[in-house]
Amino acid sequence: MPHDEAFATARDPARAVTASLLAWVWPGLGHVYLRRRGKALILMGAILALFVLGIFMNARLELHTGLEDPLALLFSVAQMGIGAPYFLARGLGFEAGVVTSPTYEYGNTFTAVGGLLNILVILDALDTARGRKP
Amino acid sequence: MHSHLVILVVFSALVATVFAMLLRDTTRQRLSFGVLAFAAFVVSTLVIGWLTNPFPR
Repeated sequence: MPHDEAFATARDPARAVTASLLAWVWPGLGHVYLRRRGKALILMGAILALFVLGIFMNARLELHTGLEDPLALLFSVAQMGIGAPYFLARGLGFEAGVVTSPTYEYGNTFTAVGGLLNILVILDALDTARGRKP
Repeated sequence: MHSHLVILVVFSALVATVFAMLLRDTTRQRLSFGVLAFAAFVVSTLVIGWLTNPFPR
């Protein structure tokens, strides 16, 4: 890509916003939009694997919106970081979890870490769209 | 998946993969960083688990 074209692309705020939103909606989609398909595929696979394994380890996807329990709110935000898969799993009836399951806490950790890692992926897509990363 | 060790290994591998993809730019750098991060996760967990073994509560 010629230097002027790369500079103009990096200065396009709509491209950065679109990449960030797509990266939140589905892990890796922002990088697909930015034509980093290999990176997108690996990020998508790893993050979705964390989330799906967490669901099958009986994680809870309960939605906390109030401030009466700030840690539960932060936990919900962490899980929601993965975007559409979170709402899809809730819609499919996986929101309750099984608190008596031996893998319940592992499942919670897997789903929350998947969401938190996707927040890093969103920031990476933003930096890539702005031309700060290759 | 009820084995603590298997869960540790799977979790470490997936998280190390994401970190390697985000924090390094070339395939070679990503491979070496990913292996190092994976080993650090597994070894540090085992060491901390061993050190805390005398204090179950």
